[in-house]
Amino acid sequence: MAAQNVAFGIVAVFMAVAAIGVVTMKNIVHAALALVIVLAGVAAQYIILQAEFLGIVQVLIYIGAVLVLFLFGIMLTRAPMRKTGEFDNDQRILAGLVSLLIFAVLAYLLSDQFGGEKMHLGQPTPTSTIADSIFRTYVVGFEVVSMLLLAALVGAIVLARRD
Amino acid sequence: MPITEYLLLSAFLFCTGVYGVLARRNGVLVLMSVELMLNAVNINLVAFSARLNDPAGQVFALFVIAIAAAEVGVGLAIVLLIYRNRVGVNLDEIDLMKG
Repeated sequence: MAAQNVAFGIVAVFMAVAAIGVVTMKNIVHAALALVIVLAGVAAQYIILQAEFLGIVQVLIYIGAVLVLFLFGIMLTRAPMRKTGEFDNDQRILAGLVSLLIFAVLAYLLSDQFGGEKMHLGQPTPTSTIADSIFRTYVVGFEVVSMLLLAALVGAIVLARRD
Repeated sequence: MPITEYLLLSAFLFCTGVYGVLARRNGVLVLMSVELMLNAVNINLVAFSARLNDPAGQVFALFVIAIAAAEVGVGLAIVLLIYRNRVGVNLDEIDLMKG
């Protein structure tokens, strides 16, 4: 148990620093690379939580596909990469106050409700269990998500196509 | 292992995402902040899946990942279209519908 706690702590510190980097960095490519650290940290947390399949899916989809899409977006919109552009608007202080307020409320509520509760990380969840759950209990949701993905991708192509 | 650690980490990531959405003006950076928030939700789902010993949380996390991928695709297409029609993707300059 102690090893998992230590691993969680190290990964969580990296994730927190990188997340702050994503929203404050002055260079847009550096922000995207900080997002890689956060997403890899999330994958590591999934593996610590014994959700191995989700960890691998996270690496494949987020780091493999979504991040490349973001980098293409940065490239195609010709964001100032070398020179530090001004990416923040003038409501920074207000935004910081709002997010601090949300964090304070969430932290109070969560530690009030779940403080001291332990969870027992047993065996890793086998992929077949997740597959059973998807295709037995949540098969309607699965079909809806697949149709949504198809519609969204067709829509994205229609939007971005040059006529 | 206490579950509050995961919940607090997830709340922190969510709040950084909120800050990014509110304080950034570049469209691509706003979409990145939205990804932060979606990942925070996923950590919550998987933590509760581990606590309740129920794979449903992981299934919903997979659904969220699929929807996030769709959202990024459409979002970046819209940002690209804005860039093509108006020079630049600064969100505070897109005020065509301002009264």
